[in-house]
Amino acid sequence: MFKIAKNNLPALFRKIKEQRELYLPIRAAEQVNYGVYTEDADVALETLKTVKSPKDAFFPQSETLYTCNKEENKWSITPEELQSQEFVVFGIKGCDVKGIEVLDRVFLSEPVDTFYKARRDHGILVALACNEPEDSCFCKAFGIDCTDPKADVATWFVEDYLYWNPLTDKGNALTEAVKELLEEADDSKVKEQQEATKKIVEKLPYMSISLDGWNGDVLTEKFESPLWEELYKPCLACGTCTFVCPTCQCYDIKDYNTGNGVQRYRCWDSCMYSDFTMMAHGNNRNSQMQRFRQRFMHKLVYFPANNDGMYSCVGCGRCVDKCPSALNIVKVIKAFSKEGGEK
Amino acid sequence: MQELVTRAKELLKDGTVTRVLGWKNGDLSYNPEPAFFETEEALSDFVYNGFCGANLSKYMIEASKKEGKTLVFLKPCDSYSFNQLLKEHRVDREKAYIIGVGCKGKLDIEAIKKQGIKGIETIKGAEMTDACDTLEISTIYGDKTVSYDDVMLSRCYSCKGKEHVIFDEQMLESRDTATKGRFDEVEAIEKMSPEEKFEFFRKELSKCIRCNACRNVCPACSCRKCVFDSNKFDSAQKANVDTFQENMFHIIRAFHVAGRCTDCGECSRVCPQGIPLHLFNRKFIKDINEFYGDYVAGEDIDAEAPLTHFEFTDREPNEERG
Amino acid sequence: MCDCNCHEHYTEDTLVPKIGIITHITQQTPDVKTFRVNALEGGKLFEHLPGQCAMVSVPGVGEAMFSITSSPTNKEYQEFSIKKCGVLTDYLHTMEVGEELTVRGPYGNNFPVETELKGKNLLFIAGGIGLAPLRSVINYVIDNRANYGTVDILYGSRSMDDLVYLKEIKEVWAKEEGINVHLTIDREQEGWDGHVGFVPSFLKELGFENNKTALVCGPPIMIKFVLAALIEMGFSKEQVYTTLELRMKCGVGKCGRCNIGSKYVCKDGPVFRCDEIDELPAEY
Repeated sequence: MFKIAKNNLPALFRKIKEQRELYLPIRAAEQVNYGVYTEDADVALETLKTVKSPKDAFFPQSETLYTCNKEENKWSITPEELQSQEFVVFGIKGCDVKGIEVLDRVFLSEPVDTFYKARRDHGILVALACNEPEDSCFCKAFGIDCTDPKADVATWFVEDYLYWNPLTDKGNALTEAVKELLEEADDSKVKEQQEATKKIVEKLPYMSISLDGWNGDVLTEKFESPLWEELYKPCLACGTCTFVCPTCQCYDIKDYNTGNGVQRYRCWDSCMYSDFTMMAHGNNRNSQMQRFRQRFMHKLVYFPANNDGMYSCVGCGRCVDKCPSALNIVKVIKAFSKEGGEK
Repeated sequence: MQELVTRAKELLKDGTVTRVLGWKNGDLSYNPEPAFFETEEALSDFVYNGFCGANLSKYMIEASKKEGKTLVFLKPCDSYSFNQLLKEHRVDREKAYIIGVGCKGKLDIEAIKKQGIKGIETIKGAEMTDACDTLEISTIYGDKTVSYDDVMLSRCYSCKGKEHVIFDEQMLESRDTATKGRFDEVEAIEKMSPEEKFEFFRKELSKCIRCNACRNVCPACSCRKCVFDSNKFDSAQKANVDTFQENMFHIIRAFHVAGRCTDCGECSRVCPQGIPLHLFNRKFIKDINEFYGDYVAGEDIDAEAPLTHFEFTDREPNEERG
Repeated sequence: MCDCNCHEHYTEDTLVPKIGIITHITQQTPDVKTFRVNALEGGKLFEHLPGQCAMVSVPGVGEAMFSITSSPTNKEYQEFSIKKCGVLTDYLHTMEVGEELTVRGPYGNNFPVETELKGKNLLFIAGGIGLAPLRSVINYVIDNRANYGTVDILYGSRSMDDLVYLKEIKEVWAKEEGINVHLTIDREQEGWDGHVGFVPSFLKELGFENNKTALVCGPPIMIKFVLAALIEMGFSKEQVYTTLELRMKCGVGKCGRCNIGSKYVCKDGPVFRCDEIDELPAEY
């Protein structure tokens, strides 16, 4: 394990940037989101939750896939170049690291999404352990240890230092590149911090929610529950929960006429939107109740059924913080547990 | 708050209303959600406190299509939205029984957290029976206090008044929360140079994630199908392909609600990126006031609206100002 | 910084289409045209199996999933029969031979012609444009006639003018040994001396024995009543195959919109056996 003094972090960022593009939490107009590091960026590594998750780094909110040009009635197609340069995403929390694992299940399963894969192959994840998780966090419910994130490099803030522990080949390569700034350290301080954080985790209200009843052959039972009709009512049918979510991966493919060609781009879509499943001759999810149900059934039943029981929620709690109507997956899980308990 | 529950139960029991539209206790001390209650028992979850910022008037569009009357609790600012919806024939007055509830200013949990408060267990001092001057917050890191007036939703500091413009009855006292003029923020922006304005709005709007929360929460955005949801429209509703689209979505929306926006502030409340969207609408309101005389959308259902009312004696656009 | 050469090994992404050229257009009915598509260098764009689909697109207009109606046994070209019913299909109907479009695929599963259907007596039941995906199977069966038992084709449409592939049905299918064609139209019409009535009731009138495997495709309401009639006639759900149609964008089971239950219609479907459909939530 290594360490670097906190006040020396700008030097670390500059060193990384010499060779690789660096993404990290940056404050702009009072909000913190992942962005490209520049000298004058307001780096906000201490932020527990960025508004958007870091999924943009691998699955951008919108990206051109290819451009079509027409000359004398003949089309030509030019695919976008794949990511070919290494880059570093710095400061990813344990929940968001797991979120990327969830996305991997989707985009790296056959047929592989090459745009995503190229970014995954060239992205180096530097995770940052949480010291003070908040009331809206529930990563523990999904088996995630926020004090021990598993990425290419794991880091911890303890007192005046950032502790640095490479875990993979990519992590070792990055460590080599910045080694002149790091000093050897033992892990005793980190262990103390982890124990302290675990005590906080125990006290947080959402960390202990139970997923009992969601595993196994429960599709019909959950799908047909009358609870959905109750739960969805305040839903405004906006896409906030899906767009701040680290695991939502639904997308749309649309055309943008540039005037001298057509850019076919992919952009995030939301199963909450009324036109998501609309066809020329009808819509198989006509009501907001159906669309609301789809989101949670997908995360808690359909996705695990296809992915060895892995839920497509990581308990980051962004939807808890951001839903305009104070709805969220925790309320859904709790409503079903309550119903189960009263039976 | 208990008197609201008692009154709601009475109205349910005597058949005046079939359901109640209010707020339901959340699972944290600060996240109540809008809710329909159909039985007296269900009302045990009813809540009305400083965290009930959500404007319920838009839910009345759906409630107006249901059998029977809905008892709806409207805060003073919400009552303007309801009135405006009534003017636009989007809600049915006969289907609503309105209890105008007092308001002591609504709280912004993000503002509380910005004061460095984490790991919240309970929050005291946000009930309508409280003086609403201090919040006592117990957290896993110990007890904290914050001044109520430091952590309200931004709209409450420029509140247009605590009078209900429509109601069947009124309950609970209000508290004046306005500390600055309604147009102070707009005037500050008007004083900027064009470059500064552009810089300010680019910085704010570039955060937009096109989640459509502002549109979907807006009581003035009551179109059955939004123009931005059309597949035949290049600027689709989901992604910002370029900065032009980021800007245009919000500017077009501001134009569409101009003269009808009651300045309820829900757009800014719900924006996950904290974009002060109300500034666009408030600029329109200020301009309308200056061009056509003072007008408050939703205040008076019979008042002639400046952008939709015409007379033969109106000046033509190309005529000299008289 | 990157010394790797891994990106050189990436195959072309499945979302990036090929350019196809329209080489022939047949006006099937007033609102259905069959487009023959070839690769620019001639020949087929790709190989497919009967029942599979492809995403056809005109850049700047739209992209949508269509079933490939030509049989894989056709070695020269692929065909799509397209009904005019939206922005993209309206545009496609204005296109002429020699014009280009983009195609990506093939996507989805196929009718199990080489496994479960082999050696079976087959009963094809289609309504309207629903014959398009079945045509690929029918021609495949004709080209591999020895592998299958008896073949019955029951096909109906609103009117005589709305029957697709009528020439092929009469001149090819009806003349094949061991293939019986039963046509019907919804209402009486001058010049029509065949059966009149809806597909499900004609099916009951014909009263097939349940020693067949049925392949059904048509409007949802027709499928519903056909399935009920087949059950009444003693068929089990394991003997009936149909196709589902939902909104699709990616074709590879990732974009999320054709997800029902744990299935993605574009990848796990569009062909489902009716007992499999029963296990899906009722959202199709």
